[in-house]
Amino acid sequence: MGTEKILFYLFAALTVYGALMVITVRNPVKAALFLVFTFFTSAAIWLLMEAEFLAIVLVLVYVGAVMVLFLFVVMMLDINLAQLREGFVRYLPVGVAVAVAFAVMLIMLVGSDWFASVPVPPPAPAEANNTRDLGRLLYTVYVYPFEIAAVILLVAIVAAIALTLRRRTGVKYQTPGEQIAVRRRDRIRMIDMPPEEPK
Amino acid sequence: MIEWLVELWNAVPLGVQTVIVILLQIIAIVLPLMLCVAYLTYAERKVIGAMQIRMGPNRVGFFGHRLWGLGQPIADAVKLMFKEIVIPSGANKGLFLLAPVLSIGPALAAWAVIPFDAHLVLADINAGLLYVLAVTSIGVYGVIIAGWASNSKYALLGAMRSGAQIVSYEIAMGFALVGVLMAGGSLNLGEIVRAQEGSILHWFWLPLLPLFVIYFVSAVAETNRAPFDVAEGESEIVAGFHVEYSGMAFAVFFLAEYANMILVSALTALMFLGGWLSPLQGVLPQSAFDVPVLGALLDGGIHWLIIKTAFFLYLFLWFRATFPRYRYDQIMRLGWKIFIPITIVWLLVVGVMILAGLPPWFDGA
Repeated sequence: MGTEKILFYLFAALTVYGALMVITVRNPVKAALFLVFTFFTSAAIWLLMEAEFLAIVLVLVYVGAVMVLFLFVVMMLDINLAQLREGFVRYLPVGVAVAVAFAVMLIMLVGSDWFASVPVPPPAPAEANNTRDLGRLLYTVYVYPFEIAAVILLVAIVAAIALTLRRRTGVKYQTPGEQIAVRRRDRIRMIDMPPEEPK
Repeated sequence: MIEWLVELWNAVPLGVQTVIVILLQIIAIVLPLMLCVAYLTYAERKVIGAMQIRMGPNRVGFFGHRLWGLGQPIADAVKLMFKEIVIPSGANKGLFLLAPVLSIGPALAAWAVIPFDAHLVLADINAGLLYVLAVTSIGVYGVIIAGWASNSKYALLGAMRSGAQIVSYEIAMGFALVGVLMAGGSLNLGEIVRAQEGSILHWFWLPLLPLFVIYFVSAVAETNRAPFDVAEGESEIVAGFHVEYSGMAFAVFFLAEYANMILVSALTALMFLGGWLSPLQGVLPQSAFDVPVLGALLDGGIHWLIIKTAFFLYLFLWFRATFPRYRYDQIMRLGWKIFIPITIVWLLVVGVMILAGLPPWFDGA
């Protein structure tokens, strides 16, 4: 067994372990941290598949930004664990049905003839540039899907901001611009007066 | 003896050989780095002392000589190593101890792709710049987990402040890096430095001046240094996220902060000030670089990178001695409403400069 295979099984096992812990661990903060761990090991597996750009972007976007905000929310919320576990039995059939359907689909996909007939690609030469190739493809062949995806994301951002944007009256805002623009003559008045002498 | 060692080396399997070589390379980077961190704390105290007309540490020396207090960092390290690590009673023990590790790990791992010289780099990967950005973005977990696991209000408040600040400034930092990779035409840090070859005017600080300033200010904010150190804010929340830490656990946070400072200083030097390139290149005639010893000093090399990094580190200390701490809402305003719009506008400007082939930077390709 080659080193790569050992590494693959190691990271695959860690990914499965992390994913299981996400849904079984009781503490929501720990669950979020296990999700981070799972992202990280998935990135390692992608690195083994020579998809270094995707691996690094997974860490950069999901680990470095999305999960940080997620963790923020989980830490700030006062989550009642007992309430969360209520109704576990009631939803169990739905969960089992979804899990079985998903497993069947995965087995059909991976076990199909199509998957078996695809030859393993030879390892890319050392000077191959994953980032450059992806960029070339995205901005030439797939430029329209790429731009449409970007516009959809932009709409989502604008919508999210619009949902939270409320003008409340009676709130005292500080305007840093005005504070910075304050000059001495606005605050201090120099006056001439005779000295007060103590009697 | 030597022959026996060579024989022993050859007997080691090839895979293990690679691992041993990489481990030795890592030690060769981390050991001097830790020494730099120790003496950066000394430099900080001395420099700020001088700026405030004080002496700074001047007692602890070696072998009965005071030597301007040069032994102080060693004494501090020994003290911290032998102090007890107190774990608060309500703390989440596992995460409490994991947080310092998560803090220092990324600070050291990012050094893997830093080119010290034209050939001296541990991992010469194509996506180096992205790797640095991704790895340094993990560092925020150390702070957040430390704040949460301490089970202390001050620590949690500090962690929240720090987390929001780091995530916000990362965006401006990322955009500044996009400008650099556009100008350099590569994500490989070595290639970016090579793209700046020529003279001091060929370095990217001039065409990317706004990005250069924004990158460095964001770097100060990312490392939670004064004047952006509200995460620690002694006057408001005691010491912020590491208020409950003591002994070596606290020291590891300290090491991570200073290692991060050195890292962002080195990155700024690499991306905007030509890294290991010599500022005398293009000024002196080529024959000057052929002089035996003097030529090697004048020509590009690791010493120029160290000098440039030291300059930025000095700026860090200078800022700390000069500026009062920012108010929190002003930090957010600066990051979101000023830095991010400026970087986006300057990306367009860089694009136009590249399309126009503006000499001397963009006429090559």
